Amino acid sequence: MNGPLLSCLSYAYAVVRSSDPAAQRAQAALAGVRGVADAPVTLVRSGAVAAAVSAVPGEEFAEGALKAHLEDLDWLETTARSHHLVIETLAARTTVLPLRLATVYLDDSRVERMLVERQEDFTALLDRFDDHVEWGVKVYAEIPAASDPAEPGPSAPPDTGRAYLRRRRQHRQAREETWRAAEEAVRRTEQRARGLAVERARHRPQQGTLARLPGENVTNDAYLVPRHAAEEFRDRMLHAADDLPGVRVEVTGPWAPYSFTAPLEGVRQP
Amino acid sequence: MTEPVPTRSTPSRALSPYGESSGANLADILERVLDKGIVIVGDIKINLLDIELLTIKLRLLVASVDKAREIGIDWWEHDPALSSGADRQNSLKEQNERLRAEVEELRRKVETSERAESAGELPERGSGGRRRARETDREPGTEPRRPRRRKDDAEDRDRNQDRDRDRDRDRDRDRDRDR
Repeated sequence: MNGPLLSCLSYAYAVVRSSDPAAQRAQAALAGVRGVADAPVTLVRSGAVAAAVSAVPGEEFAEGALKAHLEDLDWLETTARSHHLVIETLAARTTVLPLRLATVYLDDSRVERMLVERQEDFTALLDRFDDHVEWGVKVYAEIPAASDPAEPGPSAPPDTGRAYLRRRRQHRQAREETWRAAEEAVRRTEQRARGLAVERARHRPQQGTLARLPGENVTNDAYLVPRHAAEEFRDRMLHAADDLPGVRVEVTGPWAPYSFTAPLEGVRQP
Repeated sequence: MTEPVPTRSTPSRALSPYGESSGANLADILERVLDKGIVIVGDIKINLLDIELLTIKLRLLVASVDKAREIGIDWWEHDPALSSGADRQNSLKEQNERLRAEVEELRRKVETSERAESAGELPERGSGGRRRARETDREPGTEPRRPRRRKDDAEDRDRNQDRDRDRDRDRDRDRDRDR
């Protein structure tokens, strides 16, 4: 359905330095990796920077097809995981700038042209991310259900109005206490990040499994942390809520610095 | 970094809401690859608004697609914005209500213009009136600090989009301040 031009497109994952040691490390890392559409990933070099690129079928990644595919959750999951795999593989060996999912060019020469145009921006960001990792820090609170407090058991004496009100009050107190504990946990994670992290980005709290899984995601943050402090940061976070009932802190990562790439858009410079 | 795959200490893993061995669950990955990362407009243009819409929807999906289905989140099958076949799946009741509302609207317009004609005035712009009414109806309340429940999210999805955009702006502002 597409013309010959679209038979194969170039999918770009990330930007790295193209200087010899960096590019060699990147190439070595990519040797065993398959990218989106199960294709081998190579480096397209141009000046001081290079992009990790693989060929993708035009019928899947041309404009209309891509839009349709993004709505297919299975396709989206597979593509997102492949995209992420390439980036995290690179991140294990060198400094990377992750590109957003589905950054697609007509061919490798178009990728090169993009690299030339953006070289300065990319280099500045790469400098900033050298020897830094991103940690995800999420605070969860197990808030008692908002609805009616638990019914008294079958063996309990018949409910009086007073007992009902007392139960309601206790229930409300339990909820308030958990929220207070959650706020304290958030305060502590922020406090503990100070002196170790150099930047923070906030994600939206994750929702959706509330019906089934315990806990509400109260905060969902990402921190940019120098590598030498990475382990200490993680330990500090993992224990931030040790003594807070109903609250837990989850740490994910280390990630490539996905959450800190925004200033390149030129609207907001740090 | 010696190991790219996220690792977690035992206590955290025991408390993991997802029961997965790796911290890199789909939600964490999607919020990064779709919502973060450098945006360069490639040769194949994706409408960023589509992506934005997608990320808002994806907040509903946390653990995995399978888990979402288990829980009963299947918006991608019913949402008109995401599925061209969704309109067909709308319940008869909804269609019926919509038609009835339109009939009511038309009747009101006719009455208004008849009155206006007899009074020698310009008729009121019916569609404007309707839109205003709908906006009032959809006036968002105060933003709760706490995450909303899934059911509300599904009901309020449309109106949330605007608000989410505002929230994004706020969040970005916060982030700038944090620097």
